[in-house]
Amino acid sequence: MSSFFAMGGYAAYIWPAYAVFFIVLIADFIAPSLRRRRNLRELRSRLARQTARQDRVTRTPPASS
Amino acid sequence: MANWIPLWLHKLGSPPIFYRFAGLLRPWMLAFAVLLGAVALYGGLVLAPPDYQQSDAYRIIFIHVPSAWMSLFIYGVMAIASFIALVWRIKLAEVVAMESAPIGAAFTFITLVTGSLWGKPMWGTWWTWDARLTSELVLLFLYLGVIGLYHSFEDRRQGARAAAFLAIIGIINVPIVHFSVNWWNTLHQGSTIRILGPSKMSGDMLWPLLTMMAATKFYYLASLFGRARVDLLAMESGKDWVRKIAEDEAAP
Repeated sequence: MSSFFAMGGYAAYIWPAYAVFFIVLIADFIAPSLRRRRNLRELRSRLARQTARQDRVTRTPPASS
Repeated sequence: MANWIPLWLHKLGSPPIFYRFAGLLRPWMLAFAVLLGAVALYGGLVLAPPDYQQSDAYRIIFIHVPSAWMSLFIYGVMAIASFIALVWRIKLAEVVAMESAPIGAAFTFITLVTGSLWGKPMWGTWWTWDARLTSELVLLFLYLGVIGLYHSFEDRRQGARAAAFLAIIGIINVPIVHFSVNWWNTLHQGSTIRILGPSKMSGDMLWPLLTMMAATKFYYLASLFGRARVDLLAMESGKDWVRKIAEDEAAP
């Protein structure tokens, strides 16, 4: 087992290479889901502002006479 | 004749339908990628024997070469999608082109770093300005250029068109990367795997490499589907179907 991790003396090159491979791909995979959550949150707050504005317009009585 | 194929393609090009389609396929693509990747790693790191010249150091090949292939393959997909986006103005093609760029950049970066980590023990240097390495670095800059140009416009569709032009012009670099080891005298070794004719590699090293190649292809699809879904939501944020998704996913 320890000879497996030693990689014939090349462990210092092989394991960092594999680490970079996995870290970069995992980061690539996670990034869009964070972006998606942020986008949807912004969209929801925009919708909430919109409906609030519409409520205000309909509830205010007309200012005539 | 069989006009259900164009009809189906036409439907698939519609953002809400593609959104659902990609959402259904994505977990499967990821599962294939992880499964094939695990098998390939076991085959490459455990089962394959050490190389007679490079001993265990050659084992970087199992991620370096599939990543390099993906860096070129994704560029090809990006350029074709860019061409379709420019000529037919299909939104989905734009999305595929622009969301392929970060994945391609990730694979190009992996190729450069793992190559560097392989070069140090074998060539005695982390980096050298030879044809293969330099053209691969240019590929990374092309990807970064496409990403940067896309994001530098206020209007995203305008940005996508400008970036698509750059992607199409940059395709000239792809054959240069591929043939650089034949055209110039380089430190980098030539192709080991051939599509035509026998490969110069023994079977117990070859199958993990090809399996990893399949795994990276599936990974690309999984990542692209996820990214395309996010991009479609952002692009169509005024539409009812997106509004419905936003409301359904409201935090409880």
